[in-house]
Amino acid sequence: MPETIMLPLTHIAAIAVEKAYRKGEHHIPVLRGVDIEVRRGEFVSIVGQSGSGKSTLLHLLGLLDGPDVGEVKLYGHRIDDLPARSRDELRNRVFGFIFQFYHLLPELSVLENVLAPLMIRHSTWQYWKNRGAFGDQAKDMLQKVGLGHRLTHKPSELSGGEMQRAAIARALMGNPEVLLADEPTGNLDADTGREIMDLLTSLNGQNELTIIMVTHDEAIAKCAHRIVRLAEGRLEAWGAAA
Amino acid sequence: MYKFLLCARYLRTRYIALASIISVMLGVATMIVVNSVMAGFSTEMRERIHGILADMVLEAMSMDGNADPERQMRIIEEAAGEYIAAMSPTVEIYGMLSFNYAGQYITRPVTLIGIEPASKSKVGTLTDHLENYKPEKDENGKAVGRAPKAADEPPDWELLPAFLEYRRMRMRQPNLGVDDDLDQELADQAKAGEKASGHNGMRGLLDDDEPQKKLTPEEMAAPLPARVYVGAQLVSFQYEDRETGRTRTMAMIQPGDDVALSTVSAGRPPQPRHFNATVVDIFKSGMSEYDSNLVFCNLAELQRVRGMFDPATGEIDPETQEVKFETCTKSITTIQIKLKNYADADKVIERLRSKFPPNTFSIRTWEQKQGPLLAAVEVESAILNVLLFLIIAVAGFGILAIFFMIVVEKTRDIGILKSLGASSQGVMSIFLSYGLSLGMVGAGGGVAVGLLFVRYINEIEAGLTWLTGRKVFDETIYYFPSIPTKVHPMMVLWVAVGAMAIAVLASILPARRAAGLNPVRALRHE
Repeated sequence: MPETIMLPLTHIAAIAVEKAYRKGEHHIPVLRGVDIEVRRGEFVSIVGQSGSGKSTLLHLLGLLDGPDVGEVKLYGHRIDDLPARSRDELRNRVFGFIFQFYHLLPELSVLENVLAPLMIRHSTWQYWKNRGAFGDQAKDMLQKVGLGHRLTHKPSELSGGEMQRAAIARALMGNPEVLLADEPTGNLDADTGREIMDLLTSLNGQNELTIIMVTHDEAIAKCAHRIVRLAEGRLEAWGAAA
Repeated sequence: MYKFLLCARYLRTRYIALASIISVMLGVATMIVVNSVMAGFSTEMRERIHGILADMVLEAMSMDGNADPERQMRIIEEAAGEYIAAMSPTVEIYGMLSFNYAGQYITRPVTLIGIEPASKSKVGTLTDHLENYKPEKDENGKAVGRAPKAADEPPDWELLPAFLEYRRMRMRQPNLGVDDDLDQELADQAKAGEKASGHNGMRGLLDDDEPQKKLTPEEMAAPLPARVYVGAQLVSFQYEDRETGRTRTMAMIQPGDDVALSTVSAGRPPQPRHFNATVVDIFKSGMSEYDSNLVFCNLAELQRVRGMFDPATGEIDPETQEVKFETCTKSITTIQIKLKNYADADKVIERLRSKFPPNTFSIRTWEQKQGPLLAAVEVESAILNVLLFLIIAVAGFGILAIFFMIVVEKTRDIGILKSLGASSQGVMSIFLSYGLSLGMVGAGGGVAVGLLFVRYINEIEAGLTWLTGRKVFDETIYYFPSIPTKVHPMMVLWVAVGAMAIAVLASILPARRAAGLNPVRALRHE
């Protein structure tokens, strides 16, 4: 269990965020005024039952969606109301996402999937000019997550654990400051889940990577510095992991 | 970079897109083939009409014609001489052509054109259409010998020695030809050694009041003073050879034979005029309208027969006390002009119109004279293009439907890309470039297939004919030995660009839909 480290700077925060979805004629509130602050290098788990709004909160923090009410701040600056292009750039440069179902692009090889954030970041010409360096960087990253032998494989040719490793490599390829993981072990067996958590913990420890992880598995959540509990769209409790 | 990579991968892996590629390809290929064939027909037709009509024509209002062509041509020369390459005076009049064939007396309505062959060949492509200038051909249409006349030899009214010999043989062996009645008649005349001057071979067909005198067989075999080039379709017919299944042409008249012509005189009221003429050559332009209608006659003889001369201007023969026809001022109905550069036609028309009052000559270019025909071809081509372009538009709707399907199928991928920081424009451009790629591949394939089809169109036609047992392209209908084609590179370019534009336009809506997808909903898409 990692020690709770108090870091001085608030890295990312959601302030009084509310979010509701409309399903037909029904208005379904998902988040009902949530405040959360995460410091730089902190590893936070968000736990709660299904429908408690934990994934929605993660999406709001990662600018995949915007809050109906409230603000999302990065280093104290509001970022949820930025123009679409700036939000796209933040998603590409500041955030890295890991999903429960891996979400690799099926047409691309593992290497190409990992290179995708750099392809999006750079113009065609810039990417083409630096393709050798980028390729080496991606191979190193895949080597680091133990997929050095699977470079040219398509996602459909990988196991669940390998796909999640590839997804982690892709998320890290853009050198993000914040890694947002939505049930990263939810689709994996216990051993593989443990391996993935070890990888995330080591990344957090080595690179001071801020990690916000959504999970409903209490055991997995305990890997984090702090656990945030959501219930019915409200923050129920938060504190250091036991 | 990711746009091109994904676009290329979608092209390779989404086989349903092949349907759009094939429909674009077929549309493009069809447009290229149809346009090329239409352009081939049109060009061939224009060349043939242009060759026969000359660049510009001055036509007299009256069929009596206008007097003194030398003076008229002098005026033309003074007005626009620097633009004019050659001129040829002619007389155009309606008439009837008659001849005997296999016991039948065949009469055909014709346009009789009096020409001076040497000058006429300078204003148009007369020699290209005369059989004496074409090499002898075998059954398959392959040249097997030299043409009786060299291409640079100016045309004249002389009968070739071979045909002169044919006339002599007919005198000696009257039953040689297909025209039994005429042969018999010639034989009778030869026996009697008696023949109407200037009407050998056709006596009995026409009444004439000219005195008769005794002639030697050699004189009897001499061609008549009136000579004609007859349109090939006037004196031949086509039939299908049952043994070979091939279409063959049977000539009813050949050079050396005589025909009877009827027309009207100049003056008021017009009087019927009949005269006989020796066929010197067969005229075959490939334009059915001309080959089944035109008879070219020596100008002076037509003027003499029609009375298109002013006796008051002629000299009197001291012996016979009759006016010498050669010395009289004659009339013509038409002056054909060949320009140095056809682009100057409008300038020349303007100048000539200022010199000739509207009641003397109507001045038109060959295109204006054949305006309705050429306009009909152009309108036909335009309508066909619109209809064919609809085929590509249908392909466009196919792309639209398939793209919507692909966007639905790829919704989660779009969410992934957006979570990685791809902009809406970036996502949109994936599908736009995908549409453009489909258009490019389809148009490229279509251009290749279309051009190959055009290149081997006659071989394909032969194959289809063999396969179906029915002639696809019947040369007797179209009067072309093979399907004419002409590929305009600009047409090919426009068709290809149009197809690509339609493919891109069809992908705009699905691309916008993809760009507008909410990333969270896209990621949750099942």
